[in-house]
Amino acid sequence: MKQPFTTLTSTCIPLPLENVDTDQIIPARFMKSTTRDEKFFGDHLFFDWRHRADGTDNPDFVLNDPAFQGSTILVAGKNFGSGSSREHAAWAIAGYGIRIVVSSFFADIHKNNELNNFVLPVVVSETFLSELFASIKADPTTLVTVDLPTQTIINQATGHSETFEINAYKKHCLLNGLDDIDFLTSDKSLIEAYEKERLGVRG
Amino acid sequence: MNTLFDKIWDSHVVRKVEDGPTQLYIDRLYCHEVTSPQAFEGLRERGLQCFRPQQIFCMPDHNTPTHDQDKPIADPVSKAQVDALARNAAEFGLTHFGMMHPRNGIIHVVGPELGLSLPGMTIVCGDSHTSTHGAMGAVAFGIGTSEVEMVLASQCILQSKPKSMRIRIEGTLGKGVTAKDVALYLMAQLTTSGATGYFVEYAGSVVRDMSMEGRLTLCNLSIEMGARGGFVAPDETTFAYLKGRDYAPKGEDWDKAVAYWHTLRSGDDAVFDRELVFDAADIEPRITYGTNPGMGIGISEAIPAVSTIPAAGQASFLKSLDYMHFQPEEKLLGKPVDYVFLGACTNGRIEDFRAFASLVQGHHKAADVTAWLVPGSWKVDGQIRAEGLDKILAEAGFEVRQPGCSACLAMNDDKIPAGCLAVSTSNRNFEGRQGPGSRTILASPYTAAAAAITGVITDPRQFLL
Repeated sequence: MKQPFTTLTSTCIPLPLENVDTDQIIPARFMKSTTRDEKFFGDHLFFDWRHRADGTDNPDFVLNDPAFQGSTILVAGKNFGSGSSREHAAWAIAGYGIRIVVSSFFADIHKNNELNNFVLPVVVSETFLSELFASIKADPTTLVTVDLPTQTIINQATGHSETFEINAYKKHCLLNGLDDIDFLTSDKSLIEAYEKERLGVRG
Repeated sequence: MNTLFDKIWDSHVVRKVEDGPTQLYIDRLYCHEVTSPQAFEGLRERGLQCFRPQQIFCMPDHNTPTHDQDKPIADPVSKAQVDALARNAAEFGLTHFGMMHPRNGIIHVVGPELGLSLPGMTIVCGDSHTSTHGAMGAVAFGIGTSEVEMVLASQCILQSKPKSMRIRIEGTLGKGVTAKDVALYLMAQLTTSGATGYFVEYAGSVVRDMSMEGRLTLCNLSIEMGARGGFVAPDETTFAYLKGRDYAPKGEDWDKAVAYWHTLRSGDDAVFDRELVFDAADIEPRITYGTNPGMGIGISEAIPAVSTIPAAGQASFLKSLDYMHFQPEEKLLGKPVDYVFLGACTNGRIEDFRAFASLVQGHHKAADVTAWLVPGSWKVDGQIRAEGLDKILAEAGFEVRQPGCSACLAMNDDKIPAGCLAVSTSNRNFEGRQGPGSRTILASPYTAAAAAITGVITDPRQFLL
């Protein structure tokens, strides 16, 4: 059982770039681990953007900005998590301590991966997103509240809020710390019945 | 409604979760070494067995070196991951084609060529390029590791049903224009998120006329438009390709299977959520200039001006060009190239090697280009040698390496050094994809071959008479 998810308020890490791909979130060379060590992956989140070629910290990258240390919400441009299906990207995000990613659009394999790791992807309108980036730029201490039971996100700087979508099943899982494998393995007779029935149709 | 996607999807529904996803039955699971170890670990932690081990096939491909595969892998971390797959397969009773096994290769090359990927199937793997298998007329898509664990445990997955899109490409492709160029063209038209949330059926005369290798390349790149998967309705080309393959049905089973496969087509009354039509005449050999596969142009065209990019995307556009050391409105023809890579699940098949060899025959590799030619599997390697392509390539100064993912994603020794420009037949030009600091131009095997012999970005059509 994972840590259930309800309501969270935090400052936000702004990443106003579009099409951030999972190769940037966690470069392939850090995918050789055979364990789900979230701390290891978290330490390598955005590794090649966090570091300069000589290995020193890149002071221009937002994760190295003292203003955003301890934030648990990442705000990113549209089409976040495109490319590779690597769940290591979601492990890295979770391992770094991020619990919510806000964007106007997510790549769908990555979105599923986040959900399966109890990181909540929150899809907002382009308008809400650009206003949020502006709020954070004006004041890095801008707080955002995400409330899963009411499916609401609030930009505390402007007071503007939006509702976001999540299917009822996944919401139930997040609120209760349940995962899909518990669900799928709970009744195998359904699967066996399906197999038996289909044999007749397809051989 | 009544699309081929609906037919295959609907016939695999075990149950629909109320206000939630569908429990979908999976016919085939492929596991490679990178995205599976944590799934097996999860099974052990939960005390679960594999539910249908005979439907699961494992092989290492990402970490495997493309030389000296008869020796242990030098990188201990890569070796540990490859060894873990062999151990997990043995522990859970799964078929495993290890390094040097005659059936080893890139999982998306091996599945179709062994007849493991068949029309009408649902196929998944912890790898976004699983869409490749759609070329067989299957619903195939990439999944995360938690989902791999679900399939290991239950042969099912929970998924919301994607929308359907049909992309028709009509007409006839011009000289030197390949399936890769079609895919690069589609990505540029749709962007890397234009097909997100959709499953794509590729159709039209261009797709009908395509070989299986071409269709595999086209479907492979579906994910680069954001689509979960893409497929081609099976036809005589599919059946001819499959007949006699190691795992394809035989005898009476074959006849029965073909009769079923003939029913796998979208109805004349099929309604797609979105339908797009493109004209083959608009497609020339394509290259990318940026750091996502949608940032592409015709080889004779210039990089777009900043003013043509929507405001919210300009920062990403400029960051991308800065990384690539290119300027807006610049043409790329004539740019010096350091590396050429032929291979990957995108273009590591026999037809790709035939194309490359046909172009370089009678020429010689440019002195300052390093070329890596990597077959997608041992079967492809065998075919290269049986057809004498290795000799043509050797005469032109090229060596054929051993099979694996190679320079597609820098998890093995084949990394493009920082700052170097590579013309690559792989699938992604993301920052650092081929090695930290590497600069990637995606292209077809013809375009890669033309760059390899001239040392600069070159329109391959001048060599194809």
